[in-house]
Amino acid sequence: MSVDSTVVTEPVATKPVREPKPKLSEGARAERRLGWMLCAPAAIIMLAVAAYPIGYAIYLSLQRYDLRFPDQAKFIGFENYVSVLTSPFWWDAFENTVIITVVSVAIEFVLGMALAIVMHRTIFTRGIVRTSVLIPYGIVTVVAAYSWQYAWTPSTGYLSKLFGDAAPLTDRWQAIGVIILAEVWKTTAFMALLLMAGLALVPEDLQKAAMVDGATAWQRFTRITLPLMKPAILVALLFRTLDAFRIFDNIFILTSGGHNTGSVSILGYDNLFTALNLGIGSAISVLIFICVAIIAFLFIKGFGASAPGSDLRG
Amino acid sequence: MAATSKQKVGWGTANVLVILLSIIPVLWIVSLSFKDPSTITDGSFWPKQWTWDNYSGIFKTSEFTRALVNSIGIALISTAVAVAVASMAAYAVARLRFPGKGLLLGTSLLIAMFPAISLVTPLFNIERNLGIFDTWIGLIIPYVTLGLPLAIYTLSAFFREIPWELEKAAKVDGATPLQAFLRVVAPLAAPGMFTTAILVFIICWNDFLFAISLTSTLRARTVPAAIGFFTGNSQFESPVGSIAAASVIITIPIIIFVLFFQRRIVAGLTAGAVKG
Repeated sequence: MSVDSTVVTEPVATKPVREPKPKLSEGARAERRLGWMLCAPAAIIMLAVAAYPIGYAIYLSLQRYDLRFPDQAKFIGFENYVSVLTSPFWWDAFENTVIITVVSVAIEFVLGMALAIVMHRTIFTRGIVRTSVLIPYGIVTVVAAYSWQYAWTPSTGYLSKLFGDAAPLTDRWQAIGVIILAEVWKTTAFMALLLMAGLALVPEDLQKAAMVDGATAWQRFTRITLPLMKPAILVALLFRTLDAFRIFDNIFILTSGGHNTGSVSILGYDNLFTALNLGIGSAISVLIFICVAIIAFLFIKGFGASAPGSDLRG
Repeated sequence: MAATSKQKVGWGTANVLVILLSIIPVLWIVSLSFKDPSTITDGSFWPKQWTWDNYSGIFKTSEFTRALVNSIGIALISTAVAVAVASMAAYAVARLRFPGKGLLLGTSLLIAMFPAISLVTPLFNIERNLGIFDTWIGLIIPYVTLGLPLAIYTLSAFFREIPWELEKAAKVDGATPLQAFLRVVAPLAAPGMFTTAILVFIICWNDFLFAISLTSTLRARTVPAAIGFFTGNSQFESPVGSIAAASVIITIPIIIFVLFFQRRIVAGLTAGAVKG
């Protein structure tokens, strides 16, 4: 089998055909100006509300800054980062986040693929199934989290009752299991929809030809469907991995990070709003940002995921 | 494809399973919202005694009604601004040739991947210094930014499907590019813009982290954040019924909306991500 992720060839054919003109025509110049004008508001908003705060967070993270004593703010270099990275709280939260991300994305991928195939193959009930998978997508995460929390609360919940008055939210690993369940329930549908759009790109003829040649359903799936869907799969996995890594709402409602179930986002929130430590909170924010950047980089460079919409360029 | 009856049963079972799994957690929260305080801890899936008290209870407090007004207002304004700004950019991306297009798309992709918590910490301090902490505008600004990347991607995918010959015809008739955009393209683009608006609205409506971090009172607190702070009428009373009723009220309209426009939403969700 070929490892094709290292060979990325630029499509030459899509290069825009330019007329050999030394100077831009009046119309082309006007087009440029209009293009910049139309994009300017979006670009300015995104830079002002995302790029600037991240820069500001880096600046804050290099200070000792306690909100209760704002006058004593002082530049202390990388001390905050040292405190965070040598603290067991960070590494526990990091471990939880990585476990929740990897397990839930893996489960979502398998279930999402199965669901996508079900929706792709069934004709009569496709509408009903699609309708029902959109329910988890449309529901507010906090509401879904409460539903799961009450379901697993002893004496209140039907699930707890079903499992003999189980109280999974009071045990670290069981609670993480419930968090993963809530996450999977909420987002599998989204994964399935992305994968179904990818399935639609697999030509039916290829499947039929393979069937004639005697390939089993499993062989057809692994040798034809999966390779052809690779771009759609990578985009879906990239989106969901980054999304799962910043998990906050579900954990906040289900356990509030108690019993050592917090994610890195919960840790950052607690440091800012409970400990009121802006310096440490900012350092955590920057570290989370770096983690996300590394994940995105690995997906795009390592696995050759094309950035969604990159075909719009040019 | 000729399916055997065995296969049909298999698919049918799979379908029923999917439908049940998606709907049970929703039914559970609805059931809780109709439970009487005395039976709310009986652990049965259906209420034994039905009551509307939880609903009438939350509508008596400004804690919920004010939050509902905040939620609707903030989400609607953020959506309108995000879609307006994004459709200008998406038109340029889909139609015009200009340098810097890749940069714009790259930036929006970066922002779509941004961990919200990384923005919350600095924004908290910036907004306090600017005096917009705990105001509508203080939430609208991050929500617009949150919605922009998705809106730009989805809209540029929709805009590329529009029959652009009409625009050319308008230009031949002497319209400037701006006139062509406003008079010809905008009406054709309306369905795509509507779909995008639904998706952006859901993002804003759903947000919890910004809502609890950038507000401190009822002035701007939205429903998801307000629910998180609900307490019972006395400290001995559990807020389960109120939380369930408030949850149902903010969930059911969205679900009905999503189901009503499901074809468009599926198209919108997948348009930006998978094409090409």
